[in-house]
Amino acid sequence: MPNWIRACAADEIEEEDLIRFDHDGRTFAVYRSPDSEYFCTDGLCTHEQVHLEDGLVMDYVIECPKHNGQFDYRTGEALRTPVCVNLTTYPAKLENGDVLIDIGETG
Amino acid sequence: MTAPAFARDYRLTGAESGPGFAHAEWYASPVPRKRMKELMKRSDRAGLIDFGLWAGLTIAFGALLIWVWGSVWAWPVALVYGVLYASGAESRWHEYGHGTPMRTRWMNDAIYQLASFMSLKNPVLWRWSHARHHTDTVIVGRDPEIAFPRPPSLLNWALNLLHVVATGKEMWKSLRLSAGLLTADQKDFLPQSERPKAFRAARAHLGILILAGIAANLLGSWLPLVLIGGPTFYGSWLHHVMATTQHAGLAEDVPDHRLNSRTILLNPVFRFIYSNMNYHVEHHMYPMVPFYNLPALHEDIRDDCPRAYPSLLAAYREIVPAVIRQQTDFNHYVRRPLPAGAGPTPAYQRPLIAAE
Repeated sequence: MPNWIRACAADEIEEEDLIRFDHDGRTFAVYRSPDSEYFCTDGLCTHEQVHLEDGLVMDYVIECPKHNGQFDYRTGEALRTPVCVNLTTYPAKLENGDVLIDIGETG
Repeated sequence: MTAPAFARDYRLTGAESGPGFAHAEWYASPVPRKRMKELMKRSDRAGLIDFGLWAGLTIAFGALLIWVWGSVWAWPVALVYGVLYASGAESRWHEYGHGTPMRTRWMNDAIYQLASFMSLKNPVLWRWSHARHHTDTVIVGRDPEIAFPRPPSLLNWALNLLHVVATGKEMWKSLRLSAGLLTADQKDFLPQSERPKAFRAARAHLGILILAGIAANLLGSWLPLVLIGGPTFYGSWLHHVMATTQHAGLAEDVPDHRLNSRTILLNPVFRFIYSNMNYHVEHHMYPMVPFYNLPALHEDIRDDCPRAYPSLLAAYREIVPAVIRQQTDFNHYVRRPLPAGAGPTPAYQRPLIAAE
Protein backbone atom coordinates (compact mmCIF):
# COMPACT_ATOMS: atom_id res chain seq x y z
CA MET A 1 0.00 0.00 0.00
CA PRO A 2 1.47 3.41 -0.95
CA ASN A 3 2.53 5.58 1.93
CA TRP A 4 3.44 8.98 0.51
CA ILE A 5 5.10 11.42 2.86
CA ARG A 6 6.63 14.84 2.32
CA ALA A 7 10.43 14.76 2.25
CA CYS A 8 11.26 18.39 1.46
CA ALA A 9 10.46 21.36 -0.71
CA ALA A 10 11.59 20.81 -4.28
CA ASP A 11 13.92 23.78 -4.23
CA GLU A 12 15.73 22.57 -1.12
CA ILE A 13 17.78 20.29 -3.34
CA GLU A 14 20.10 21.72 -5.95
CA GLU A 15 20.29 20.13 -9.37
CA GLU A 16 22.65 17.14 -9.42
CA ASP A 17 22.62 16.87 -5.64
CA LEU A 18 20.90 15.12 -2.76
CA ILE A 19 19.72 15.69 0.77
CA ARG A 20 19.23 13.43 3.74
CA PHE A 21 15.75 12.79 4.99
CA ASP A 22 15.07 10.99 8.27
CA HIS A 23 11.67 9.64 9.14
CA ASP A 24 10.41 7.35 11.85
CA GLY A 25 13.82 5.90 12.63
CA ARG A 26 14.69 5.39 8.96
CA THR A 27 17.05 7.41 6.84
CA PHE A 28 16.73 8.18 3.13
CA ALA A 29 18.58 10.03 0.40
CA VAL A 30 16.48 12.23 -1.88
CA TYR A 31 18.04 13.24 -5.20
CA ARG A 32 17.46 15.86 -7.83
CA SER A 33 18.84 14.82 -11.20
CA PRO A 34 20.48 17.16 -13.75
CA ASP A 35 17.10 17.42 -15.51
CA SER A 36 15.28 18.13 -12.23
CA GLU A 37 13.66 14.76 -11.75
CA TYR A 38 13.44 13.53 -8.17
CA PHE A 39 14.43 10.12 -6.82
CA CYS A 40 14.76 8.46 -3.45
CA THR A 41 16.90 5.62 -2.07
CA ASP A 42 17.93 4.26 1.27
CA GLY A 43 20.31 6.70 2.91
CA LEU A 44 23.07 4.29 3.83
CA CYS A 45 25.61 2.76 1.48
CA THR A 46 25.25 -1.01 1.30
CA HIS A 47 29.00 -1.48 1.72
CA GLU A 48 29.87 0.01 5.11
CA GLN A 49 26.62 1.76 6.05
CA VAL A 50 28.13 5.20 5.52
CA HIS A 51 25.47 7.84 4.91
CA LEU A 52 25.32 8.98 1.30
CA GLU A 53 24.34 12.56 2.18
CA ASP A 54 27.93 13.78 1.80
CA GLY A 55 28.45 11.87 -1.44
CA LEU A 56 28.93 13.16 -4.93
CA VAL A 57 26.11 13.15 -7.48
CA MET A 58 27.27 13.11 -11.08
CA ASP A 59 24.62 12.61 -13.73
CA TYR A 60 22.51 9.71 -12.43
CA VAL A 61 25.13 8.23 -10.14
CA ILE A 62 25.65 8.72 -6.43
CA GLU A 63 29.14 8.02 -5.12
CA CYS A 64 29.64 7.06 -1.50
CA PRO A 65 31.75 9.70 0.26
CA LYS A 66 33.93 7.13 1.99
CA HIS A 67 34.97 4.56 -0.59
CA ASN A 68 33.68 5.80 -3.93
CA GLY A 69 31.20 2.95 -4.28
CA GLN A 70 28.71 3.98 -6.95
CA PHE A 71 25.00 3.44 -7.47
CA ASP A 72 22.53 4.47 -10.15
CA TYR A 73 20.11 6.30 -7.88
CA ARG A 74 17.25 5.80 -10.34
CA THR A 75 17.39 2.03 -10.04
CA GLY A 76 19.62 1.47 -7.00
CA GLU A 77 21.97 -0.66 -9.09
CA ALA A 78 25.46 -1.06 -7.62
CA LEU A 79 27.89 0.08 -10.32
CA ARG A 80 31.37 0.00 -8.86
CA THR A 81 33.17 -1.90 -6.14
CA PRO A 82 33.43 -1.84 -3.19
CA VAL A 83 29.64 -1.85 -3.38
CA CYS A 84 28.18 -5.15 -4.50
CA VAL A 85 24.63 -4.95 -3.12
CA ASN A 86 22.01 -2.71 -4.75
CA LEU A 87 20.39 0.19 -2.90
CA THR A 88 16.68 0.02 -2.17
CA THR A 89 14.78 2.70 -4.07
CA TYR A 90 11.46 4.37 -3.32
CA PRO A 91 9.05 6.14 -5.66
CA ALA A 92 9.27 9.93 -5.55
CA LYS A 93 7.06 12.61 -7.06
CA LEU A 94 6.54 16.36 -7.09
CA GLU A 95 3.31 17.76 -5.72
CA ASN A 96 2.59 21.44 -5.11
CA GLY A 97 6.29 22.24 -4.95
CA ASP A 98 7.07 19.46 -2.49
CA VAL A 99 8.94 16.21 -3.00
CA LEU A 100 6.90 13.26 -1.79
CA ILE A 101 8.31 9.78 -1.35
CA ASP A 102 6.48 6.51 -1.01
CA ILE A 103 8.13 4.61 1.82
CA GLY A 104 5.63 1.79 1.70
CA GLU A 105 4.34 -0.05 4.71
CA THR A 106 5.62 1.14 8.09
CA GLY A 107 6.02 -0.77 11.30
CA MET B 1 59.48 4.64 30.10
CA THR B 2 56.25 2.69 30.36
CA ALA B 3 56.80 -1.02 30.01
CA PRO B 4 54.41 -2.47 27.45
CA ALA B 5 52.03 -5.10 28.70
CA PHE B 6 51.99 -6.79 25.31
CA ALA B 7 52.76 -6.28 21.68
CA ARG B 8 49.53 -5.73 19.80
CA ASP B 9 48.10 -8.19 17.34
CA TYR B 10 47.85 -6.51 13.94
CA ARG B 11 46.45 -9.51 12.10
CA LEU B 12 42.96 -9.07 10.71
CA THR B 13 41.99 -12.45 12.06
CA GLY B 14 43.93 -12.19 15.31
CA ALA B 15 43.07 -11.44 18.91
CA GLU B 16 42.26 -7.77 18.23
CA SER B 17 40.24 -8.22 15.06
CA GLY B 18 37.00 -7.11 16.64
CA PRO B 19 34.52 -4.60 15.28
CA GLY B 20 36.15 -1.69 13.54
CA PHE B 21 35.14 1.92 13.44
CA ALA B 22 32.92 1.53 10.39
CA HIS B 23 29.92 2.78 12.29
CA ALA B 24 31.84 5.17 14.48
CA GLU B 25 31.66 8.88 14.09
CA TRP B 26 34.98 9.97 12.60
CA TYR B 27 35.87 13.58 13.00
CA ALA B 28 35.50 15.79 9.94
CA SER B 29 36.38 19.46 9.93
CA PRO B 30 33.30 21.45 8.99
CA VAL B 31 33.08 22.38 5.32
CA PRO B 32 29.82 23.77 3.93
CA ARG B 33 28.11 21.42 1.48
CA LYS B 34 28.26 23.97 -1.33
CA ARG B 35 32.00 24.36 -0.90
CA MET B 36 32.52 20.62 -0.60
CA LYS B 37 30.71 20.11 -3.89
CA GLU B 38 33.16 22.52 -5.51
CA LEU B 39 36.10 20.68 -3.99
CA MET B 40 34.80 17.27 -5.06
CA LYS B 41 34.25 18.44 -8.61
CA ARG B 42 36.25 16.41 -11.13
CA SER B 43 37.91 17.56 -14.25
CA ASP B 44 39.07 15.43 -17.16
CA ARG B 45 41.26 18.37 -18.13
CA ALA B 46 43.09 18.46 -14.77
CA GLY B 47 43.39 14.68 -14.75
CA LEU B 48 44.65 14.48 -18.31
CA ILE B 49 47.22 17.23 -17.76
CA ASP B 50 48.62 15.33 -14.77
CA PHE B 51 48.49 11.94 -16.44
CA GLY B 52 49.79 13.28 -19.74
CA LEU B 53 52.74 14.98 -18.07
CA TRP B 54 53.58 11.92 -16.01
CA ALA B 55 53.16 9.41 -18.83
CA GLY B 56 54.94 11.71 -21.30
CA LEU B 57 57.95 12.21 -19.03
CA THR B 58 58.12 8.50 -18.22
CA ILE B 59 58.01 7.51 -21.89
CA ALA B 60 60.54 10.22 -22.82
CA PHE B 61 63.03 9.10 -20.18
CA GLY B 62 62.39 5.46 -21.13
CA ALA B 63 63.24 6.28 -24.74
CA LEU B 64 66.31 8.20 -23.59
CA LEU B 65 67.36 5.22 -21.51
CA ILE B 66 67.16 2.95 -24.54
CA TRP B 67 69.25 5.46 -26.47
CA VAL B 68 72.04 5.81 -23.88
CA TRP B 69 71.95 2.17 -22.77
CA GLY B 70 75.47 0.82 -22.45
CA SER B 71 77.00 4.20 -21.67
CA VAL B 72 77.67 5.80 -18.30
CA TRP B 73 74.69 8.08 -18.92
CA ALA B 74 72.36 5.13 -18.48
CA TRP B 75 72.75 5.38 -14.69
CA PRO B 76 71.39 8.89 -14.10
CA VAL B 77 68.76 8.46 -16.79
CA ALA B 78 67.62 5.19 -15.20
CA LEU B 79 67.42 6.94 -11.83
CA VAL B 80 65.01 9.54 -13.20
CA TYR B 81 63.09 7.00 -15.28
CA GLY B 82 62.76 4.68 -12.30
CA VAL B 83 61.39 7.40 -10.01
CA LEU B 84 58.91 8.57 -12.64
CA TYR B 85 57.83 5.01 -13.40
CA ALA B 86 57.60 3.55 -9.93
CA SER B 87 57.15 6.41 -7.46
CA GLY B 88 54.81 8.12 -9.92
CA ALA B 89 52.84 4.91 -10.38
CA GLU B 90 52.56 4.32 -6.64
CA SER B 91 50.73 7.58 -6.10
CA ARG B 92 48.63 7.26 -9.24
CA TRP B 93 47.60 3.76 -8.35
CA HIS B 94 46.25 5.33 -5.19
CA GLU B 95 44.57 8.36 -6.74
CA TYR B 96 42.91 6.62 -9.66
CA GLY B 97 41.91 3.77 -7.37
CA HIS B 98 39.84 6.30 -5.46
CA GLY B 99 38.29 7.16 -8.81
CA THR B 100 38.48 10.88 -8.16
CA PRO B 101 40.81 12.56 -10.69
CA MET B 102 38.80 12.14 -13.91
CA ARG B 103 35.16 12.92 -14.47
CA THR B 104 35.08 10.15 -17.11
CA ARG B 105 35.01 7.04 -15.02
CA TRP B 106 36.56 4.56 -17.44
CA MET B 107 39.68 6.71 -17.63
CA ASN B 108 40.13 6.45 -13.87
CA ASP B 109 39.79 2.69 -14.09
CA ALA B 110 42.15 2.33 -17.06
CA ILE B 111 44.91 4.37 -15.41
CA TYR B 112 44.33 2.46 -12.18
CA GLN B 113 44.99 -0.83 -13.98
CA LEU B 114 48.14 0.54 -15.61
CA ALA B 115 49.52 2.05 -12.40
CA SER B 116 48.69 -1.10 -10.45
CA PHE B 117 50.89 -3.16 -12.74
CA MET B 118 53.66 -0.58 -12.65
CA SER B 119 53.68 -0.68 -8.85
CA LEU B 120 53.20 -4.46 -8.87
CA LYS B 121 50.03 -4.28 -6.85
CA ASN B 122 47.08 -6.54 -7.46
CA PRO B 123 44.36 -4.07 -8.52
CA VAL B 124 41.49 -6.04 -7.04
CA LEU B 125 43.09 -6.98 -3.75
CA TRP B 126 44.43 -3.49 -3.16
CA ARG B 127 41.15 -1.78 -3.97
CA TRP B 128 39.50 -3.72 -1.19
CA SER B 129 42.43 -3.45 1.15
CA HIS B 130 42.50 0.29 0.67
CA ALA B 131 38.76 0.59 1.24
CA ARG B 132 39.28 -1.05 4.61
CA HIS B 133 42.21 1.30 5.31
CA HIS B 134 39.81 4.20 4.85
CA THR B 135 37.09 2.60 6.95
CA ASP B 136 39.36 1.71 9.84
CA THR B 137 42.40 3.93 9.46
CA VAL B 138 45.18 2.71 11.78
CA ILE B 139 42.74 0.62 13.79
CA VAL B 140 44.69 -2.37 15.06
CA GLY B 141 43.30 -5.68 13.88
CA ARG B 142 41.20 -4.00 11.19
CA ASP B 143 43.45 -1.90 8.96
CA PRO B 144 45.46 -4.12 6.58
CA GLU B 145 47.74 -1.22 5.59
CA ILE B 146 49.39 -0.29 8.88
CA ALA B 147 52.94 0.22 7.65
CA PHE B 148 54.44 0.84 11.08
CA PRO B 149 53.09 -1.71 13.56
CA ARG B 150 54.76 -1.38 16.93
CA PRO B 151 57.59 -2.19 17.18
CA PRO B 152 58.31 -0.91 13.67
CA SER B 153 60.91 -2.85 11.71
CA LEU B 154 63.66 -0.41 10.83
CA LEU B 155 65.36 -3.10 8.75
CA ASN B 156 62.24 -3.53 6.63
CA TRP B 157 62.00 0.23 6.20
CA ALA B 158 65.58 0.40 4.95
CA LEU B 159 65.15 -2.59 2.64
CA ASN B 160 62.04 -0.99 1.20
CA LEU B 161 64.10 1.88 -0.11
CA LEU B 162 64.78 -0.69 -2.82
CA HIS B 163 61.24 -2.02 -2.43
CA VAL B 164 62.74 -5.36 -1.47
CA VAL B 165 60.33 -6.40 1.26
CA ALA B 166 57.26 -4.76 -0.28
CA THR B 167 57.81 -6.20 -3.74
CA GLY B 168 58.86 -9.53 -2.31
CA LYS B 169 55.53 -9.64 -0.50
CA GLU B 170 53.65 -8.53 -3.61
CA MET B 171 55.33 -11.12 -5.80
CA TRP B 172 54.57 -13.83 -3.26
CA LYS B 173 50.96 -12.59 -3.15
CA SER B 174 50.81 -12.68 -6.96
CA LEU B 175 52.13 -16.23 -7.08
CA ARG B 176 49.62 -17.37 -4.48
CA LEU B 177 46.75 -15.51 -6.13
CA SER B 178 47.72 -16.93 -9.52
CA ALA B 179 47.25 -20.34 -7.96
CA GLY B 180 43.92 -19.24 -6.50
CA LEU B 181 45.16 -19.05 -2.91
CA LEU B 182 44.23 -16.37 -0.35
CA THR B 183 45.53 -15.75 3.16
CA ALA B 184 43.15 -15.54 6.10
CA ASP B 185 43.63 -11.77 6.23
CA GLN B 186 42.84 -11.40 2.52
CA LYS B 187 39.69 -13.46 2.93
CA ASP B 188 38.68 -11.04 5.67
CA PHE B 189 38.32 -8.07 3.33
CA LEU B 190 37.99 -9.56 -0.17
CA PRO B 191 34.44 -10.73 -0.93
CA GLN B 192 33.91 -14.05 -2.61
CA SER B 193 32.60 -12.45 -5.79
CA GLU B 194 35.82 -10.45 -6.27
CA ARG B 195 38.27 -13.30 -5.81
CA PRO B 196 38.28 -14.64 -9.40
CA LYS B 197 39.07 -11.11 -10.62
CA ALA B 198 42.04 -10.93 -8.24
CA PHE B 199 43.31 -14.29 -9.50
CA ARG B 200 43.04 -13.18 -13.14
CA ALA B 201 44.84 -9.90 -12.47
CA ALA B 202 47.70 -11.71 -10.70
CA ARG B 203 48.11 -14.05 -13.67
CA ALA B 204 48.13 -11.11 -16.08
CA HIS B 205 50.81 -9.28 -14.07
CA LEU B 206 52.99 -12.36 -13.85
CA GLY B 207 52.50 -13.00 -17.56
CA ILE B 208 53.78 -9.53 -18.47
CA LEU B 209 56.81 -9.92 -16.21
CA ILE B 210 57.57 -13.32 -17.72
CA LEU B 211 57.37 -11.80 -21.20
CA ALA B 212 59.82 -9.06 -20.15
CA GLY B 213 62.12 -11.76 -18.83
CA ILE B 214 61.89 -13.73 -22.08
CA ALA B 215 62.65 -10.55 -24.05
CA ALA B 216 65.72 -9.93 -21.88
CA ASN B 217 66.87 -13.47 -22.48
CA LEU B 218 66.37 -13.33 -26.23
CA LEU B 219 68.11 -9.95 -26.52
CA GLY B 220 70.89 -10.94 -24.14
CA SER B 221 70.31 -7.65 -22.33
CA TRP B 222 68.89 -6.52 -18.99
CA LEU B 223 67.25 -3.57 -20.71
CA PRO B 224 63.71 -5.00 -20.98
CA LEU B 225 63.68 -5.70 -17.25
CA VAL B 226 65.21 -2.32 -16.44
CA LEU B 227 62.32 -0.77 -18.38
CA ILE B 228 59.49 -3.04 -17.19
CA GLY B 229 59.19 -4.50 -13.72
CA GLY B 230 62.66 -3.51 -12.57
CA PRO B 231 61.82 0.15 -11.85
CA THR B 232 59.50 -0.96 -9.07
CA PHE B 233 62.63 -2.03 -7.21
CA TYR B 234 65.00 0.80 -8.02
CA GLY B 235 62.53 3.67 -8.43
CA SER B 236 60.06 3.40 -5.56
CA TRP B 237 62.39 4.88 -2.97
CA LEU B 238 61.12 8.45 -3.31
CA HIS B 239 57.53 7.39 -2.80
CA HIS B 240 58.62 5.28 0.15
CA VAL B 241 60.40 8.22 1.77
CA MET B 242 57.35 10.46 1.34
CA ALA B 243 54.70 7.87 2.22
CA THR B 244 56.48 7.00 5.47
CA THR B 245 55.26 10.32 6.82
CA GLN B 246 51.58 9.42 6.38
CA HIS B 247 51.00 7.64 9.68
CA ALA B 248 54.36 6.54 11.17
CA GLY B 249 54.65 6.99 14.92
CA LEU B 250 51.17 8.47 15.33
CA ALA B 251 48.18 7.33 17.38
CA GLU B 252 46.37 4.05 16.84
CA ASP B 253 42.68 3.39 17.47
CA VAL B 254 41.49 6.97 17.36
CA PRO B 255 38.58 8.08 15.12
CA ASP B 256 40.24 11.33 14.15
CA HIS B 257 42.52 11.62 11.13
CA ARG B 258 44.06 14.77 12.56
CA LEU B 259 45.68 12.56 15.18
CA ASN B 260 46.67 9.50 13.14
CA SER B 261 47.78 11.14 9.88
CA ARG B 262 50.26 13.84 8.85
CA THR B 263 50.04 16.71 6.44
CA ILE B 264 53.43 17.95 5.29
CA LEU B 265 54.38 20.69 2.89
CA LEU B 266 56.46 19.66 -0.13
CA ASN B 267 58.03 21.28 -3.14
CA PRO B 268 56.09 21.18 -6.43
CA VAL B 269 58.24 18.45 -8.00
CA PHE B 270 57.70 16.06 -5.10
CA ARG B 271 54.01 16.95 -5.01
CA PHE B 272 53.74 16.07 -8.69
CA ILE B 273 55.42 12.70 -8.18
CA TYR B 274 53.35 12.10 -5.05
CA SER B 275 50.01 13.43 -6.40
CA ASN B 276 49.59 15.77 -3.42
CA MET B 277 49.31 12.91 -0.96
CA ASN B 278 51.33 15.04 1.43
CA TYR B 279 47.92 16.52 2.32
CA HIS B 280 47.16 13.27 4.04
CA VAL B 281 44.89 14.47 6.84
CA GLU B 282 42.72 16.17 4.25
CA HIS B 283 42.71 13.11 2.00
CA HIS B 284 41.55 10.81 4.77
CA MET B 285 38.98 13.23 6.07
CA TYR B 286 37.48 13.81 2.62
CA PRO B 287 38.63 11.01 0.29
CA MET B 288 36.32 12.15 -2.50
CA VAL B 289 38.29 15.34 -3.07
CA PRO B 290 40.59 14.87 -6.10
CA PHE B 291 44.28 15.36 -5.49
CA TYR B 292 44.42 18.65 -7.39
CA ASN B 293 41.92 20.21 -4.97
CA LEU B 294 43.65 19.08 -1.78
CA PRO B 295 45.73 22.26 -1.40
CA ALA B 296 42.49 24.28 -1.45
CA LEU B 297 40.89 21.95 1.09
CA HIS B 298 44.00 22.31 3.23
CA GLU B 299 43.56 26.08 3.25
CA ASP B 300 39.90 25.73 4.17
CA ILE B 301 40.41 23.52 7.22
CA ARG B 302 43.94 24.34 8.38
CA ASP B 303 42.75 26.22 11.46
CA ASP B 304 40.95 23.10 12.63
CA CYS B 305 43.96 20.81 12.19
CA PRO B 306 47.36 20.39 13.78
CA ARG B 307 50.00 22.54 12.17
CA ALA B 308 51.29 21.07 8.91
CA TYR B 309 54.92 20.02 8.94
CA PRO B 310 56.93 22.56 6.97
CA SER B 311 59.08 19.94 5.21
CA LEU B 312 59.92 16.28 4.81
CA LEU B 313 62.88 16.82 7.11
CA ALA B 314 60.68 18.29 9.83
CA ALA B 315 58.45 15.23 9.71
CA TYR B 316 61.44 12.87 9.92
CA ARG B 317 62.78 14.78 12.93
CA GLU B 318 59.65 13.61 14.71
CA ILE B 319 59.30 10.16 13.16
CA VAL B 320 62.83 8.86 13.71
CA PRO B 321 62.95 9.32 17.50
CA ALA B 322 59.38 8.01 17.79
CA VAL B 323 59.97 4.77 15.90
CA ILE B 324 63.26 4.21 17.73
CA ARG B 325 61.51 4.59 21.07
CA GLN B 326 58.72 2.29 19.90
CA GLN B 327 61.28 -0.49 19.56
CA THR B 328 61.05 -0.96 23.31
CA ASP B 329 58.11 1.18 24.38
CA PHE B 330 55.12 -0.13 22.44
CA ASN B 331 52.80 2.37 24.08
CA HIS B 332 54.67 5.40 22.84
CA TYR B 333 53.24 7.52 20.04
CA VAL B 334 53.38 11.11 18.89
CA ARG B 335 50.53 13.20 20.25
CA ARG B 336 49.43 15.85 17.82
CA PRO B 337 48.19 19.02 19.53
CA LEU B 338 45.01 20.49 18.09
CA PRO B 339 44.85 24.26 17.77
CA ALA B 340 42.73 26.31 20.12
CA GLY B 341 39.14 26.31 18.97
CA ALA B 342 39.48 23.11 16.92
CA GLY B 343 36.62 20.67 16.97
CA PRO B 344 36.93 17.93 19.60
CA THR B 345 37.86 14.35 18.80
CA PRO B 346 34.75 12.16 19.03
CA ALA B 347 34.55 10.40 22.37
CA TYR B 348 34.18 6.99 20.87
CA GLN B 349 35.62 3.92 22.48
CA ARG B 350 36.19 0.95 20.30
CA PRO B 351 34.80 -2.25 21.78
CA LEU B 352 38.23 -3.58 22.65
CA ILE B 353 39.15 -7.19 22.67
CA ALA B 354 42.15 -7.59 24.94
CA ALA B 355 45.10 -9.43 23.48
CA GLU B 356 46.63 -12.24 25.44
